[in-house]
Amino acid sequence: MIRRLCNLLGLLLIVTLLSACGDDTPRTRGVYMLMDTSGTYTKELKQAQRVINYILANLQPGDSFAVARVDTGSFSEKDIIAKVTFDDRPSRANQQKREFRDRIDHFVKTVKGSAYTDITGGMLQAIEWLNESRAGHKTILIFSDLKEDLKEGYVRDIPLQLGGFKVVALNVTKLRSDNVDPREYLNRLAAWQERVESGGGSWQVVNDLERLESVLVL
Amino acid sequence: MSVSSIYMITPSPLLSGLIWFIGITVVLYLARSHAHRTISALARVVHNAMRLSARAVTGAEQRLQQRNREVLLEQGREATERQIEREFERIDATVRRDLAEYPALHRHLSEEILKIDEDYNASIEVPPAPPGWVKAVEAVAKIPASKGDPMVGRVLEDIHQSLNKASIKAIEEYRKESHERHRILNRMMPHWRKLKQLLGQVDKNVTSLLQRSAAIDRHMENYEAIIQQSDSAVRMLSSSSLTRFFISAFVLAIAVGGALINFHLIARPLSEMVGGTSMIMGFPLNNVAALVIILVELTMGLFLMEALRITRLFPVIGALNDKTRVRMAWTFFFILLFLATVEAGLAFMRELLMEEDAATRALLRGDETAQFTQSSYLWITTAAQMGMGFVLPFALMFVAIPLETFVHSLRTVIGLIGVGLLRSLAWLLRVLGNGARYAGVAFNNFYDLVIFAPLWIERLIQQKRAAAPPGDKSQDFQEVAS
Repeated sequence: MIRRLCNLLGLLLIVTLLSACGDDTPRTRGVYMLMDTSGTYTKELKQAQRVINYILANLQPGDSFAVARVDTGSFSEKDIIAKVTFDDRPSRANQQKREFRDRIDHFVKTVKGSAYTDITGGMLQAIEWLNESRAGHKTILIFSDLKEDLKEGYVRDIPLQLGGFKVVALNVTKLRSDNVDPREYLNRLAAWQERVESGGGSWQVVNDLERLESVLVL
Repeated sequence: MSVSSIYMITPSPLLSGLIWFIGITVVLYLARSHAHRTISALARVVHNAMRLSARAVTGAEQRLQQRNREVLLEQGREATERQIEREFERIDATVRRDLAEYPALHRHLSEEILKIDEDYNASIEVPPAPPGWVKAVEAVAKIPASKGDPMVGRVLEDIHQSLNKASIKAIEEYRKESHERHRILNRMMPHWRKLKQLLGQVDKNVTSLLQRSAAIDRHMENYEAIIQQSDSAVRMLSSSSLTRFFISAFVLAIAVGGALINFHLIARPLSEMVGGTSMIMGFPLNNVAALVIILVELTMGLFLMEALRITRLFPVIGALNDKTRVRMAWTFFFILLFLATVEAGLAFMRELLMEEDAATRALLRGDETAQFTQSSYLWITTAAQMGMGFVLPFALMFVAIPLETFVHSLRTVIGLIGVGLLRSLAWLLRVLGNGARYAGVAFNNFYDLVIFAPLWIERLIQQKRAAAPPGDKSQDFQEVAS
């Protein structure tokens, strides 16, 4: 009788331990992509679409993904073009991926260029959204030439809290002025790198999108 | 205070070293007998401790060996009893099946023989009866005035003709009857064949029984050897146990491969049911669910095999009354069937998900047409997956047989390994004990080597004292003192 009771208690203990070990945020990934829509960069959005499709194909159920535009004031939920946390069920996740793709397609077709470029605002929004998503691995993709152009009165001299974040700059195109003085381009990249790394994040630049599959590990 | 400052008694390191050496040598010489006793005592202690430990380990090894022997014999006895029981069951079944039909067979044989007998009687040749009027002809022929008498001649001519006619008729009759007899004999052939067939069947049954009895004889010989606890029986059982262990381990490894395939077949579609992102102890919930389903299938398979009395891992099930046991067997079978059907459905779902995945990826790659392209051979993989999903649970059911063999033979193998380890440990302890003993002697000799100078002087004095005449010892003492 005592032995049976002990067995029962042991079983209950195992079941309790098993249920206590349940973890909702283990290996999920969160990706936030900022798309520069200022000036002539809108011509590059087809490339951005390709990157988005690649990311969609690689994300799994439970992962989160958002795409936001970078415009005059990017620290706003209104700039998020599409966002999704994929359902646990693979079939539903596939459906969500298709819907996401359709929304991006629609945006790319109807986008209008903005006058200013607020990358920092977009970064702050990305940090906020990814922290809320409770993803295990957080990645911010910046599809831009990294040339920040703020409207007068906008304060963006704010330190970024990027601990545990991976920031990847994609397709950082050279401007006409960069061609005149390449140091501008290099300084721009170095400044962003310093800013990200001082915030605790890791920094990567991928310019050759042909090698995206081999370089970009989410 | 550093070590060097302690060491440097004089400014010269060599001189300091020499002073230290002499001092240590003198101290060691003075403490020699105590040091020797201490070293010897320590060596003895270690030697005795090791010896006692080795003896204890050897005792444990012998007990384990004895226990292994008992277990092996017990297992062998049980297995042989089971084999003999099975053989008797088979004989019982043969006797029930064949000898129960024996009265019918006997009746059948009797009927056949009776028919053959009747046919034989019907085919007996009866010689045709001589015509009655032959005697009348003989009487007419004996009439004295018959010769030359035309009347008699005519009568005889008529008789001759009548006789010819009667002869022809008799021959026809005879032929007809012969034909009838041949027909009857021809009709006997199937009966003969049937008789031969029945006797062949009887012969087959008897041969089968003889073979079974020969097998029982063989098992009984083994059984007697086991009961007598002979060494040859133990060797035979040990060898066969090792063989069974390796074979069952191999089959179990194959079964594990099958279970892995089964796992991959159902793990992905299960994420549609339980989700694929939640974790239990670091494992995705759908993987855990798939594992649980496979383990439940294995358990049901084990219970089914137990209920069918093919294995005997759970004596409680085998000891149930037949009615309950059969009911339980059907219950286990239906649960297994249900799980197999679920697996087939999940396998189908897996194929659908894979297709959908492929279509989504193609769409994201920009290949718009890919989602509408369906391979005409796709149904083969779908059917194969479904078939595997349905069959694998039943295939895994048979894991119970090698598992039982593995569990039983594992006891023997572990016992043999345990005996080997204990034997090695005993040997090691003996080696260490003897090593400690001789190390003590070696330490004493080394001790003496360090203080060789005072020992040498001591030996010289002893030799001198031994050489000096008795009563002159005081002089020697004075010499040494000076």
